[in-house]
Amino acid sequence: MGATNKKGLAAWFERWVFSTNHKDIGSLYLIFAGVMFFTAGIMALLIRYELFEPGHRLLDPNTFNSMTTMHGLIMVFGFMMPFFTGLANWQIPMMIGAPDMAFPRMNNWSFWILPFAGILLVSTLFMQGGAPNFGWTMYAPLSTTYGPKSTDFLIFAIHILGISSIMGSINIIATILNMRAPGMKLMNMPIFVWTWLVTAYLMLAVMPVLAGAVTMLLTDRHFGTSFFNAAGGGDPVMFQHIFWFFGHPEVYILILPAFGVVSEVVPAFSRKRLFGYDFMVYAIVAIAVIGFVVWAHHMFTTGISLAAELFFMYTTSIIAVPTGIKVFNWMATMWRGSISFETPMLFTLAFIFQFTMGGFTGLMCSVAPADYQYHDTYFVVAHFHYVLVPGATFAIFSSLYYWVPKWTGHMYCEKIGQLHFWLSVIGVNLCFFPMHFVGLAGMPRRIPDYSLQFTTFNQAASIGAMIFGFSQLLLIYNMWYAVAGKGKKVSSQVWEGARGLEWTLSSPPPHHSFDKPPILKFD
Amino acid sequence: MDTSATTSAKNKRTRIILLAAAVMMFGFAYYVLVPMYNVLCSAFGLNGKPNLTQVAAADDVDMTRTVKVQFIATNNSQVPWKFYPKVRQVSLHPGENKRVAYFGENFSATAMTVQAIPSITPARAAKYLKKTECFCFRQQTLASHKHMDMPILFHLDPALPKDIKTITLSYTLFDTTSITHPLKRPQGRLSG
Amino acid sequence: MRSVQKWFIGVVVTVASLLTSLAHAQLKYNMSPGVTPLSRDIFDLHMIIFWICVAIGVLVYGVLIYSLVKFRKSKGAKAASFHDNTRIEIIWTIIPCLILILLEIPSTKTLIHMSNTDDAEVNVLVTGYQWKWKYEYLDQGISFFSNLATTQDQINGKQPKSPWYLLEVDHPLVLPVGKKIRFIVTANDVIHSWWVPELGVKRDAIPGFVHESWAKIEKPGIYRGQCTELCGVGHGYMPIVVDAKPQQEYDKWVKQQQASKAAAAGAADKQWTRDELMEKGKTVYGKICAVCHMPNGAGMPPAFPALKGSAIALGPASKHIDIVLHGKSGSAMQAFGEQLDDAEIAAVVTYEREAWGNDAKGDKEKVIQPSQIKDAR
Repeated sequence: MGATNKKGLAAWFERWVFSTNHKDIGSLYLIFAGVMFFTAGIMALLIRYELFEPGHRLLDPNTFNSMTTMHGLIMVFGFMMPFFTGLANWQIPMMIGAPDMAFPRMNNWSFWILPFAGILLVSTLFMQGGAPNFGWTMYAPLSTTYGPKSTDFLIFAIHILGISSIMGSINIIATILNMRAPGMKLMNMPIFVWTWLVTAYLMLAVMPVLAGAVTMLLTDRHFGTSFFNAAGGGDPVMFQHIFWFFGHPEVYILILPAFGVVSEVVPAFSRKRLFGYDFMVYAIVAIAVIGFVVWAHHMFTTGISLAAELFFMYTTSIIAVPTGIKVFNWMATMWRGSISFETPMLFTLAFIFQFTMGGFTGLMCSVAPADYQYHDTYFVVAHFHYVLVPGATFAIFSSLYYWVPKWTGHMYCEKIGQLHFWLSVIGVNLCFFPMHFVGLAGMPRRIPDYSLQFTTFNQAASIGAMIFGFSQLLLIYNMWYAVAGKGKKVSSQVWEGARGLEWTLSSPPPHHSFDKPPILKFD
Repeated sequence: MDTSATTSAKNKRTRIILLAAAVMMFGFAYYVLVPMYNVLCSAFGLNGKPNLTQVAAADDVDMTRTVKVQFIATNNSQVPWKFYPKVRQVSLHPGENKRVAYFGENFSATAMTVQAIPSITPARAAKYLKKTECFCFRQQTLASHKHMDMPILFHLDPALPKDIKTITLSYTLFDTTSITHPLKRPQGRLSG
Repeated sequence: MRSVQKWFIGVVVTVASLLTSLAHAQLKYNMSPGVTPLSRDIFDLHMIIFWICVAIGVLVYGVLIYSLVKFRKSKGAKAASFHDNTRIEIIWTIIPCLILILLEIPSTKTLIHMSNTDDAEVNVLVTGYQWKWKYEYLDQGISFFSNLATTQDQINGKQPKSPWYLLEVDHPLVLPVGKKIRFIVTANDVIHSWWVPELGVKRDAIPGFVHESWAKIEKPGIYRGQCTELCGVGHGYMPIVVDAKPQQEYDKWVKQQQASKAAAAGAADKQWTRDELMEKGKTVYGKICAVCHMPNGAGMPPAFPALKGSAIALGPASKHIDIVLHGKSGSAMQAFGEQLDDAEIAAVVTYEREAWGNDAKGDKEKVIQPSQIKDAR
């Protein structure tokens, strides 16, 4: 909060739009992510409303396809990635004992181009010809020759989002590598910082690939190239190879920071140090590295050769090993701890249970012959939603409840938090668990209408989605409760068992986290 | 602390490096990516991308086995042509030269140029099917309501794996009449 | 409050219906073992890995729940201080690796089996179109399109839904039992995917490329599947129906098909009445055109223009026929010349020129005869 003599709107404008402060920018990221979460969430509820029973209900098939496409794109690029970047902005300088991020002005820019990308993306909904309707995977030639005009807006939105992510990750890498408190070696860093270091490298590696892929879509659409058009010697399958070379590491971009959150919360509420820190770090790195050689498991049915199928089947199943190590280590952390069940811990525990569920189905999908039956059915929808909603999104809720008291200096309402948790758990499982069944029974994904045999489970899923969706209003209430200072004041050590530098700062922390480097002690 | 002169020299160098990197990335996507993908595909037999290079006729025949080659035609629905193989399948020995033909007739009211895109299954047989002559080597133009025979002269490489007994060769016709090339792409891949 | 009550009642009713339908045990919740050697292998693999997951799940969740009950602060648990043990880390790295290796052996075997398409006795070329399938029997010279048979009225709730709502077609793919059938799969416009769960076959149909798959059906019956790659507006409306017949019946069917092909050629020479054309036209329109141009002719502009009052439907007949026969380049409008016979095109063009009040306006030539189509081809 620069000492200015401006007042009112001008001061507010300068504070937020010109901000170079990691906490302000972090908050902006979180608010943006929140808005996008509810935007895409409404789309999800519309989808579930349409699918409540067979027959045409509300959305025509074209709008339905737009909804599934935009829901996916906005949730991935508008909600999850900005949320975790915001969390990194808030937490990383505090956790490593730095005053701020390494490049504060670039930080400002990497946030402030996001709303423009968001507007570009959402504006396609109101365009003639409708929003992009070919799925978030944008497979050519449906997105090239057959794509609506708004596709170009989507392409530019992705470019901007990509630039933002790249700048964000450069900033995070520079901060982590250069601004740690004296004496903090890489292997002393909090595990959340580790997950973000690896995630930032993943983003640097794959966002340009995505940008390249969509640029090729653009030139195929307008400049007479035929990268993905067989007529000119191109190949539609090449798009899938390039897209999933981005797409699979992207999955780990979304889940690794969630692992980081969980690895912070579990020890705090078990009042015991994280078990097997070294192996946790190795596992993160292993997941990231192997994540680069598994992409074609999204393409088992496209007719890739037997040798390629075998290769990608083996590499994919190997991913289960480091992921398993993480789960086992969380279990060992809790073993003989002293566990209490505040809201952050509840969400984290649910994460472990439900993410493991998504891991099991992931293992099933890795078996190529079986994947011939699972591929592009609701079984896969259930699988990746289990990883991303009861998984990553629950970690997001957990992180909010865990750190918001620190950020605001006030507690959220524990009762509402518990209610939010239980409604979310019931809703999310009622929504996604039946999807396993309809998928196995033969319901393809991305269809606006289905045959009668799938009705019962779809109704259950729709009701679950409504419960989950509307219970998020409690989250808003609870965040407002803490931000507005309704809750009781908290000390610097908000949670009894929490460890780390951020808990040595006051609650709320000073605007510049550590003006003087903290003195560190490691055992 | 650097003097401002060396800093600006350093900045300039960084700028040039970054610019060159950006240009190279575009160059890679534009000139290298597709040929590289094609090379990888034909090397590993991915996606049934056939060998499009013209080769000399074979002279070494493996009389010990016979392979069935089926011909199919797909007509992109934007192309109002009649297009089908005149012979649906042939049996031949690896190394034996065979001439077959497709029939094409333009049913539209205007002259049209089309490109036939070949594809082979099983994909790993793709690199053993060698063509001496093929209508797919170049674009074909037909005036309105004219027809023609479109020949292929080909043989199978005797190195064809023993377990492959049936090969299917498919051609899909694409309309290239209206494809304009504001950014003229290297044509070598198709006509080579 | 009223809406809350409504919600509550809605939830209770649905949960009750859920439970009753569960009680009737009609609910399908697992993969079908299918009727081919491949589908059974896949099913077995699926069950093996499912039970492995269940076993690991019982272990993991068991330990988790045990710790959550046993080591609660509220019950006075004191935290221990250990946080490292290399031996146990190595153990829980190696054991999953071993399980995976054991699992990969049957998977690899099945995958190799799947890729062996040799010695097929029936060859079917499957081509995906927006939004229908075309089947060509390469050895018998039979070829036909297979369209969704569910009516628009059923989709829009104006008619009760049939038991196979959205899973029924006008011409099923008829196949013999006990023969190795090879499917050669390709597409005409965008990527589709041909999936029949009970045959254990799913193969992406990619425009410009052919890929193959095979099945040996062991039991006569009707097997249903759907397109499983998003292919546009009609993606949910292009089912697959396979009718597996014993060899003799299959042979009979083949003969019939070859004979009826000759008969259809004669229909073009007949003079049709307006009512005959309108009746047939309505059926064809509902099956082929209504997906994009909507049953009421309003379309979904601008991607799919309205036909009600459109320049084409009210303009000269020759232009109208041409666009139906040959499609419109650069748009989603396909050439239907190959898919529909003369009588069908004459009927649907007549219908489009007469329906939705189009009969009162524009060009006078409304009723189109099949012979006109024959000449225009």
